[in-house]
Amino acid sequence: MTTLLKPKVEPERVLAEQDRGKKAAMMQYLAQKFRVDVWDILHDKGTGHWGGASSVAEILTALYFDVLKVRPDEPRWPDRDRLVLSKGHASAMLYTVLANRGFFPIEELHSFRQIDSRLQGHPCMNATPGVDMSTGALGHGMSVSLGMSLAARLQRKSYWTYVIMGEGCLDEGQTWEALMAAAKFKPERLVALIDFNGYQLDGSSDEIMPLAPLFEKFHAFRWNVSPTVFNGHEVGNVLQALAWARQQNQWPAAVIFKTKKGRGISFTEDTHKFHGAVIDDHTYAKGRPELMQTLAELEVAL
Amino acid sequence: MKTDAKLLSMRDALGQTLVELASAMPELVVLDADVSASTKTAGFAKAYPDRFFNVGVAEANMADIAAGMATAGLRPVINTFSLFLALKCADQIRNTICYNNLPVVLAGAYGGLSDSFDGASHQAILDIAMMRALPNMVVIVPADAEEMKQALTLALRRNGPTFIRGCRNETPVLFEGAEPFQIGRARKLRDGKDLTIAACGIPVVMAMEAAERLAADGIDADLLAVATVKPIDEKALAASASKTGAVLAVEEHNIYGGFGGAVAEALARHAPTRMDFIGVQDRFTESGPYDALMKKYGISVDAIVTRAKALVKAKPAAVAASVAMGAVKKSAAKAKGAKKPAGRKPATKKAAATKATPRKPVRRAR
Repeated sequence: MTTLLKPKVEPERVLAEQDRGKKAAMMQYLAQKFRVDVWDILHDKGTGHWGGASSVAEILTALYFDVLKVRPDEPRWPDRDRLVLSKGHASAMLYTVLANRGFFPIEELHSFRQIDSRLQGHPCMNATPGVDMSTGALGHGMSVSLGMSLAARLQRKSYWTYVIMGEGCLDEGQTWEALMAAAKFKPERLVALIDFNGYQLDGSSDEIMPLAPLFEKFHAFRWNVSPTVFNGHEVGNVLQALAWARQQNQWPAAVIFKTKKGRGISFTEDTHKFHGAVIDDHTYAKGRPELMQTLAELEVAL
Repeated sequence: MKTDAKLLSMRDALGQTLVELASAMPELVVLDADVSASTKTAGFAKAYPDRFFNVGVAEANMADIAAGMATAGLRPVINTFSLFLALKCADQIRNTICYNNLPVVLAGAYGGLSDSFDGASHQAILDIAMMRALPNMVVIVPADAEEMKQALTLALRRNGPTFIRGCRNETPVLFEGAEPFQIGRARKLRDGKDLTIAACGIPVVMAMEAAERLAADGIDADLLAVATVKPIDEKALAASASKTGAVLAVEEHNIYGGFGGAVAEALARHAPTRMDFIGVQDRFTESGPYDALMKKYGISVDAIVTRAKALVKAKPAAVAASVAMGAVKKSAAKAKGAKKPAGRKPATKKAAATKATPRKPVRRAR
């Protein structure tokens, strides 16, 4: 069993950091370190989805370490902000972020996808502390988060609801039903985050199911969608995007992030081949130095 | 059907009950997929517009919105035609509502053949099968408007998902003033020794009439109204089956996978019994008046009587003997089937002993 790296900066320190610039650099480092953890765990267990987990690393890290109001010691706190990972196959990254955020012991990451584990193949809200909604079958998250935000309105609560969708979710008809319905009901503080990494299971999105022009589609569906496409791998950029969302008063709001599937390793980037492939010993050994190289660079910037 | 009974539709009962419960239950919300005039949730929509969500013809979306609401403490009731609920939201009901055990009430309107004129595309004869196969789901098939009302009220207090199957049309009110409906408990409507008739939904009233006709012909039916298809009342079914040795399941559904299947599964475990099944015989149905349609597809008083007689006739002699031995006051001569199974002990000896304990008299529905 691989021992997970000890981070050079403790998650608690990142949370407490007041200097915005420093904090962004720390989160950039942490996101990369989580990427290494996921690479290690996926190789160790011989199962899991690297491509989509890697593409969402910075987005999840920024959300959980800077934006979401959550209480790791009280995961079901009724006033918490909600995060629905509609692209549930990125579970390994979500679990890694949640563990480091204090929702459960980091050692538990080694039980990923094993018998009797709280870390199911795809997120399960009743199994894992901090998971707000079970996902896996694609296309559910938009509807579910719409329901959560409508509940907030009815109960006069002010929590935020974020949903992260990939191309797979956008292929599903249900998502477009939900986009229409969200524009009808206009719940406050509902934010859709698109992790647009360009690849699906079988090939590129352009090849499998072209989604362009995505901005125009959201716009036509009467969403307040950011005209800027943000870089989902630059924490500073991700924070800008989330700040944009929080400044809006027209609902619902959406942000499109350009990301790379399999981000961080040259040969896993921009291909569908590492969507859910087993990370064998050879691939693992070949890829890890690249991840570590970037991590070392980010450590210098701390 | 009895003509003296008051007529009321389950959908009207549902609509009224939602409005009645709303003020004492601020967490109650109602969702509909552009059929609120049909499902009768329109009254709630008018009275509580902030708590009503018409999502358009997008059933899957409706189910998951409700799930999201339920995670945040609301108590949603989702409404559409039962067939569409079962099929168009199957993934959402399974993977979101049931997997997470969320307290959502799924009100399947127009169950069975009750959307009769709209034809096979709208007639729900697989909804029970589908809902029954979902862990955490409770499946209720009320027999009248009163049971619908009570089932809905109880379902809204459950901490998990409940499917309630309605009926479009006005049907006799059977259980007003009767013993209150309880989830998981069958109602004994008639005590008999010759066969068990177990029914759910609208056909319960047919089974009641059939039992009377059978009695006139000397066949004494034990009649169970089993509104909760899951969890099914195994105890009541096994006790009755052990006593009678023959069970006729009656439902407004395909004979595969529905109520009859649930009864058979329960009995196979606890009291293996010869059975037959009243229901749609694995066919697509068609348009027509409700009563005529039910009759054509084999769900009628006549069909119940005919099948019940055949079932009694086909009972194995050993069981018939045990029935005769267990009968307390009836003369042995009357139990015709008991043609001395020389030396053979009754197959269901233990069960035969239990069934001799007098059952607490249950109020018979009118």
